[in-house]
Amino acid sequence: MVAVNMTVNGKPASAELDPRTLLVQFLRDHLRLTGTHVGCDTSQCGACVVHMDGHAVKSCTVLAATCSGSQVTTIEGLANAAGLHPMQEAFRENHGLQCGFCTPGMIMTAVDLVHRKGFALDETTIREELEGNLCRCTGYHNIVKAIAAGAQAMAAEGPAQQVAE
Amino acid sequence: MYAFDYHRPTTARQAAGLLGKDEDVRLLAGGQSLLPMMKLRLVQAGDLVDLNAVDELRGIARSPRSLTIGAMTRHAEVADSPDVAEAIPALAAMASTIGDPAVRAMGTLGGSIANNDPAADYPSACLALGATIVTNKRKIEADDFFKGLFETALEPGELVVKVSFPVPAKAGYAKFRHPASRFALVGVFVAKRSADIRVAVTGAGANGVFRWLEAEEALKARFIVKSLDGLVASTDGLNSDIHADAEYRAHLIAVMAKRAVQQATA
Amino acid sequence: MGVTKIGTAVRRKEDQRFITGRGQYTDDLDRPGQAHAVFVRSPHAHAHVRGIDAASARAMPGVLAVLTGEDVAADSVGGLICGWMIHSKDGSPMKAGPHPALAQGKVRYVGDHVAVVIAETLIAARDAAEAVLVDYEVLPAAADTAKTQAADAPQVHEVAPRNTVYEWQLGDKAATEAAFARAAHVTKLDLVNNRLVPNPLEPRVAIGEYEPGTEVFTLHTTSQNPHVARLVLAAFIGIAPEHKLRVIAPDVGGGFGSKIFIYAEETVCVWAAKRVGRPVKWTSDRTEAFLCDAHGRDHVTHAELALDERGKILGLKVKTIANLGAYLSTFASSVPTYLYAPLLSGQYDIPAIYCEVDGVYTNTAPVDAYRGAGRPEATFVIERLMEIAARELGVEPVQLRRRNFVKSFPHQTPVIMAYDVGDYNASLARALELIDYTGLAKRKRESARKGLRRGIGFSAYIEACGIAPSQAVGSLGAGVGLWESAEVRVNPTGSVEVLTGSHSHGQGHETTFAQLVSDRLGIPIEQVSIVHGDTDKVQFGMGTYGSRSGAVGMSAIVKAMDKVIAKAKKVAAHVLEASEGDIEFKDGRFSVAGTDRGLAFGEVALQAYIAHKFSGQELEPGLKEGAFYDPTNFTFPAGMHVCELEIDPDTGIATIDKWVAVDDFGNVINPMIVEGQVHGGIAQGVGQALFEGAVYDSAGQLVTASFMDYRMPRAADLPSFTVDMTVTPCPSNPLGIKGCGEAGAIAAPPAVINALTDALGHENIEMPATPQAIWRACRNTPAQLAAE
Repeated sequence: MVAVNMTVNGKPASAELDPRTLLVQFLRDHLRLTGTHVGCDTSQCGACVVHMDGHAVKSCTVLAATCSGSQVTTIEGLANAAGLHPMQEAFRENHGLQCGFCTPGMIMTAVDLVHRKGFALDETTIREELEGNLCRCTGYHNIVKAIAAGAQAMAAEGPAQQVAE
Repeated sequence: MYAFDYHRPTTARQAAGLLGKDEDVRLLAGGQSLLPMMKLRLVQAGDLVDLNAVDELRGIARSPRSLTIGAMTRHAEVADSPDVAEAIPALAAMASTIGDPAVRAMGTLGGSIANNDPAADYPSACLALGATIVTNKRKIEADDFFKGLFETALEPGELVVKVSFPVPAKAGYAKFRHPASRFALVGVFVAKRSADIRVAVTGAGANGVFRWLEAEEALKARFIVKSLDGLVASTDGLNSDIHADAEYRAHLIAVMAKRAVQQATA
Repeated sequence: MGVTKIGTAVRRKEDQRFITGRGQYTDDLDRPGQAHAVFVRSPHAHAHVRGIDAASARAMPGVLAVLTGEDVAADSVGGLICGWMIHSKDGSPMKAGPHPALAQGKVRYVGDHVAVVIAETLIAARDAAEAVLVDYEVLPAAADTAKTQAADAPQVHEVAPRNTVYEWQLGDKAATEAAFARAAHVTKLDLVNNRLVPNPLEPRVAIGEYEPGTEVFTLHTTSQNPHVARLVLAAFIGIAPEHKLRVIAPDVGGGFGSKIFIYAEETVCVWAAKRVGRPVKWTSDRTEAFLCDAHGRDHVTHAELALDERGKILGLKVKTIANLGAYLSTFASSVPTYLYAPLLSGQYDIPAIYCEVDGVYTNTAPVDAYRGAGRPEATFVIERLMEIAARELGVEPVQLRRRNFVKSFPHQTPVIMAYDVGDYNASLARALELIDYTGLAKRKRESARKGLRRGIGFSAYIEACGIAPSQAVGSLGAGVGLWESAEVRVNPTGSVEVLTGSHSHGQGHETTFAQLVSDRLGIPIEQVSIVHGDTDKVQFGMGTYGSRSGAVGMSAIVKAMDKVIAKAKKVAAHVLEASEGDIEFKDGRFSVAGTDRGLAFGEVALQAYIAHKFSGQELEPGLKEGAFYDPTNFTFPAGMHVCELEIDPDTGIATIDKWVAVDDFGNVINPMIVEGQVHGGIAQGVGQALFEGAVYDSAGQLVTASFMDYRMPRAADLPSFTVDMTVTPCPSNPLGIKGCGEAGAIAAPPAVINALTDALGHENIEMPATPQAIWRACRNTPAQLAAE
């Protein structure tokens, strides 16, 4: 067993874990944060994307033990008391989801994308940056629209949103 | 995953000590290749030494003639580094195409070359740029480092500390992605350092990364795309699978080589 | 809060929980005391199981049980069923081999279920599963669709000689032969409709539970049709009486057909829950999904089209070998027969059609319905033939289609279907406008200047949706009727719950169904809840597949609402002291005709429950009505999809530049959701055409068993789509809607392949047209030829 301490969605989280425990298993099974999903075994679908120390990572391909001392944000931690994150709102407004299974990973990837590449995202950039996220329902059309709109909305909200993480 | 004992050293020295001489000990770098294989129970480790808390293995240092990158430096850090962009822009560009953004946030240079996946990008950059791999025990030239499929010159107890890349006059990388896995089906890194021209090919070879000597010769006459006209790589020793047979891979090597030279000379 | 009308793009009610990570998918649920199941699966495509040694696995820490086919037999757990009887030409019934939940003596595909390990933790179960020793006598495998009927091919099931399940036919053979005899031109085509793996992003999950005090079983599962699952598990597999089995399908992460079927895993979880006295949970990993979820398509077809000298179609004949896999899955037999051949007429007036289909066993995963199910295969046949015929005749493909369109309705085809309404010229005309067809030549020249080859491809598709009139499908062999149920419960406060037998796993029923209720009852959409996916709540239902939930499921809701309104009028008449015949219902208000006296919907609801204003003997209190709606015909969505793409001859990469879809879905409830369905369908169809293909090697090993080898469509593979609609309302249901869920997947593959062959210059190319295949084809057709 290994002692793991990290901060998840702003709250301390610690446990004694089998060292095999993946971050996604820690989140889902121990913290009951089931918004982070598992869609494949080979780190390709992106349904499990969360933020670790401000970067999007695939939580199925990180040991929970590796995250000791880290700040982890999941889809459940994205909205704040004031309401939904602009990217969440953009996904709803643009019908960027159907079955919803890939959606948490898509939204976490999209927010990370805006942090890295800024608010003005063209379609080609968005599509290329979704390399690691699969969706089987939407044909990506509305996801791309949602991310472009969400990025604009994040710009409008300004730096306050950046502090949230 | 099979059970393992977990270790989290904070210095390279501790890590090397934990590594010992036991072949059953594995190093965990970014984990983007190792963990999927462990999850599928294709790899078993008695002990896992997690390098993610070893800060001294991270970082990028630039001198006038070389660029040195710590083994635990993430692909995203290389891709976004102004130092890399200035010294070897092709290396930054290459790093920005590895895997996907989330993989690049975790994956590391040291992990990539120590794993030596035959379809990984970094081995071709190391080979073409004439990099020197610095371990806790010695320095190894890239030409001597990559030994075949998932095989390197690393000995038990040896870990990659950093990699030193001589700054080239010109360099370029072009990749044809594997349709499904998105690794390199064919990736070609070309570099020109005074008279030394190197063309390194990843993804295509059944035995891992290799240098395409005919192309190097052709480019020595003149380092322009046209020098490669009509040149086709040999199908000998190339991979063949449902996505690409050897003939197609050989063709793509030539196409990607031209595109890499195009970038290098643009 | 106003009323939400039909036809508005209202945002989805269900999204709040999905975008905040609060969805409740089956794997998000853990039951108290739950144990974990891991299946021991066959590594061989075909083998005798000589023995299973589970002693050491049973002795491992945390292991509760290791169960095998012997235990299944001892407990008389019935085999899995195929619910559609197909008869061969000679009248004999299809030859279905046994399909036990755990193998009994033989395994027939890689992934076949040999044993299950149940343990305290998933890790313990996985460790123990590796310790189960199975003694296999490996047999040669029949893995190839085209070769499995050979006399010397390995036999998958004893009951089916030459691995042939049925030799079925449809249409008039003599009339078709006569048509070919007088043809001026015959176009011939050999094609393979490639095998696909559905891959909804959520893998399958099952949690079985048993409560000994009440003898009630509960199954939480990823199902598109929980009631059908309950019926099959109770009536056929015999695991529990129907009234003692509750099946719950909570949020489900996509299905595309693969979650219609009743599989071994959920069967075993329910059964094992009683055996071990603990809830038993199984979560598929992606590799298991590749190996064991029912696959789609997999046809080998020869087709011929007869035309007269003016390019008018005289007849069509088709011979197809359809791979059904190692066992007959739940609806497997119907997909390459009644869901396929009746659509071969496409949008065209074809006087004579004859189709033969051999359904065959192979040592591969079962094949069943996958988005479109039979209709994509039919559309591919006719739309490829039209394209090739046009080239051979030197006619523009568009022109040949126009010449042969069905132009008057209703239209009876020679293969069962009676098309009710449509306007195929209208969708074609609009599509040509949107793609800027007149600018095509210029765009081709511009591409050529860049060293690229540009092509355009058309696909005029039709599908039969709204499955289906119960008597009609019964006469064709279906084991059940395909009606739908609804119950509308009006609460005393005027809010409404609608219980539906449809199931939403991405389609947005919680929104569109509520929109319908809001519109019809004149109440805010926020006051409507849609309840589905729980057999304890919804009495019965047939579930969601075949683009049926709009046309059939919503029609049932309309029928139930009509009854609610009729009852409410009676209540209102008492309260308003008017005669029932004078009560009008409009915009959510019951009023006395010609007066200003009236009551809001909510006020009438309250009065129905207070029941003070009428005699309980004359009129029952309360306001709740149910309905079963059985459709009178299939619906026939149709449209035109156009793909324009560029090929890089150096690499063989094809880049889709433009996509225009003009669909006729009849009336549309929520255009935002309908367009989303079209987008997703196109992506799957493009996936079939360019990327996806399940490949078995000659030993029956699945070569493409993960996303590392199976090429899924990604965001950068696709353009933004131009989606438009024409409308001819469907006459056979009260809402005039046709169904939209599968259109894109049906239309897209021939559009892509036709565009490729246009770019390449008359070169047939198989699906998936990979970069390697396109590169080869480019080498075989020089650019100048292609440009002509």
